[in-house]
Amino acid sequence: MDTITRRRFLTASGVVAAGALAAGATTYGLRDILGFHDEEPAGRTLVLVTLYGGNDGLNTVIPYADPAYAENRPSLAYGPDEVLTLDGDLALNPALKGLHKLYGAGRLAIVQSVGYPRPDRSHFRSMDIWQTASPERPDTTGWLGRWLDTAGGDPRLAVSFEPALPPLLAGATSAGATVPGGTLNLPAGVTSGILTGLGTPSAGESPQRARAAACFADLVRVRDLVAETAPEEDEEAGGDEQPATATGGQAPALDRQLALVTRCIEAGAATRVYSVSLGGFDLHADEKGAQEAILASLDAPLSAFVERMADREVVVVVYSEFGRRVRANASDGTDHGTASSVLMLGAGIPGGRYGEAPSLTDLDDGDLRHTTDFRDVYATLLADVLGADPEPILGGWTGRLTFS
Amino acid sequence: MTDRSTVSHLLRRLTFGPTAAEVDAAARAGVPATLDKVLAPAGRATPPEVGAFRPGKEGRDDARRQATAALEWWVGRMITEAGAAEKLTFFWHGHWATSVRKVRSAALMLDQQATLRRYGAGGTGPLVRAMLRDPALIIWLDGQRNTRRAPNENLARELMELFTLGVGAGYTEADVKAGARVLTGWRAERTGGPATLVARRHDPSPVTLLGRTGTFDTDAYADLLVAHPAHLPFLAGRLWARYGADTAPDAATTARLVARGASTVAMLRALVSDPSFVDTRGRLVKQPVEWMVGAVRQLGVDPKRGRARILGGLRALGQVPFRPPSVGGWPAGTAWLTTSSTRDRLASGRALAALAPEAVDGLAGAARTDRLDALARLLVVDGWTARTRAVLAGAADDPRLLLTLGLASPEYAVH
Repeated sequence: MDTITRRRFLTASGVVAAGALAAGATTYGLRDILGFHDEEPAGRTLVLVTLYGGNDGLNTVIPYADPAYAENRPSLAYGPDEVLTLDGDLALNPALKGLHKLYGAGRLAIVQSVGYPRPDRSHFRSMDIWQTASPERPDTTGWLGRWLDTAGGDPRLAVSFEPALPPLLAGATSAGATVPGGTLNLPAGVTSGILTGLGTPSAGESPQRARAAACFADLVRVRDLVAETAPEEDEEAGGDEQPATATGGQAPALDRQLALVTRCIEAGAATRVYSVSLGGFDLHADEKGAQEAILASLDAPLSAFVERMADREVVVVVYSEFGRRVRANASDGTDHGTASSVLMLGAGIPGGRYGEAPSLTDLDDGDLRHTTDFRDVYATLLADVLGADPEPILGGWTGRLTFS
Repeated sequence: MTDRSTVSHLLRRLTFGPTAAEVDAAARAGVPATLDKVLAPAGRATPPEVGAFRPGKEGRDDARRQATAALEWWVGRMITEAGAAEKLTFFWHGHWATSVRKVRSAALMLDQQATLRRYGAGGTGPLVRAMLRDPALIIWLDGQRNTRRAPNENLARELMELFTLGVGAGYTEADVKAGARVLTGWRAERTGGPATLVARRHDPSPVTLLGRTGTFDTDAYADLLVAHPAHLPFLAGRLWARYGADTAPDAATTARLVARGASTVAMLRALVSDPSFVDTRGRLVKQPVEWMVGAVRQLGVDPKRGRARILGGLRALGQVPFRPPSVGGWPAGTAWLTTSSTRDRLASGRALAALAPEAVDGLAGAARTDRLDALARLLVVDGWTARTRAVLAGAADDPRLLLTLGLASPEYAVH
């Protein structure tokens, strides 16, 4: 498989088309979210960070002291003097300076070797499995979409800042809201007045055309707020200059997405779940420098976000659809693997290492065996962050993480 | 003369966006003759010789070039061919959704498309038989990892769930397992050649499959599926979702389509002739490919000159032929209507308008007060709402902007 982008995955149909999206995908303006308050005092808020492409877990949380690590990765391994040490066994990638500091302060939990039975090495299937929490067979709903169904179904409870709804937010009867927050430059001559005009409802119009019109109104609102939150955003010339290779519609950079989350949380939005993402981890070749660069683009905004949310009831979780193989390939990269670490930070999360460390020698066909089922993580988040009963949402799953 | 809006509706759905001239001709010919013409067997499509797949690092650049050549050829054909055949091929491609990202060989993708063209208009029996030995599909769904010793259920499951019966429609997990056994042993090579059944990898033991016990070969399995009572209603629903509306057809409509199930073209004819078809007007969200190809055709953009804009626009809008996101195919309906896709339609519309001097001149040549009607005629839109009319009137002095807004409008995005 060649490179996979978030965009391609996010238009994925399997889940989204069959799910609530088809029944009326909800694109909200940021203002709708900012103005969305609850009478009840809000509980905790979950911010889920999805790393698309399969992040190499062994070069993220590094078992630098294990001789098998260096043996398997002759030119890909980090030496003990290069890494950010956590303890006598583990270290973080040198790009993760902010997270290293948070770990030192007892604020970063690393759950080791999280996975699911009978691992699938397809990006799509594996990401589907992570997002639907259904490893046995394909499901049409995401785990947070099912939570949304039980929480009343208001789309603004679960928000993504990506152009298409991630499958994890598609429920059976409801779906989360997408609030694209990227640069939304308009072609020459297209003014806010025009957008507002086309966004006006027209009596007797079909629901589909009404939805198409409403998107124009949403575009105005989102543009206003993007302009408010990022006055420094450089203005592009007219649309005619847009390069043909533009991957327009891609999710904005992670710092942008987290800035929007910050804005919503600080405005007191009643949203309980935010989904943000970062792509580009599928590094089959020349991995080391590329992974460091991309991990740095995760570390800085993420640790700044965690610091800024320090006094709030916000929990951040970082995961990817799979880790990579233990052994490096012949191109100084790694191929699709299995279990990997999940990172958790924020309110009520005690820092430290949890779960059993993976063995680098007792492998399953060259891959790590998982020691913690991903549904344990989800169950804990559902129960402790969202205050929901995990069992019906996770198909009867009763496992939980224990922080001890 | 037949009412223009009647033939417009029919052509918008059956073809990739009719031009004003095609609507004129159809209005003169009437509905039956138009259907005869549009649904007539298509001429042979001769795909480009993209070259064979070469494994390894050195083949990677070739593979990318070959995939682009295949894509350009097909999109070019969608633009130049006026009948229903290209859209039907696109329907089947989205139905048996296979992606070059995993198959990697553009030549195999084109071979698969040739199969979809050869059998796509007729009954589904020969189509299902042929697809089960299609090398691209076998590679895509791990068919070659499905062996007697280690059955892989991927293909058998999707075959019943997505391709022939519909999820949960009259089959069980045991049927998936039994189906996988029947399909064990097929091998295909990315480098080309037909798929072959390797006897020592095949499990010939009898199974119980869809209520029957015995020894089935691949063709017998295919025949069992197309004869299954769930098959034609499932297909009718899939056709309706792409040609009719994104809400399910009523039982009577389904029954009328099923009655014509001997051939897909006959089902399509029944679909657009169905009494309920008229009510679907203005209710089907255009997929990005439909939106883009239709716009290019109506504006008279030269596909070669517009190549980068067309392909870039499809990428931005999230629908690139030969690259469906998963075996489930592309989303349908309002999933395509988001804030960002609205922006992308404006940007692509503007870019296409810049490549369509004749269309711009045509609008400029009309009296200012006639330009909105001229735009509706050009884009084969039945009419503008007062809302859109007001916005367009404000842009009437700028024909390029007028085109941009017309292409992005709700009336054009949903047909």
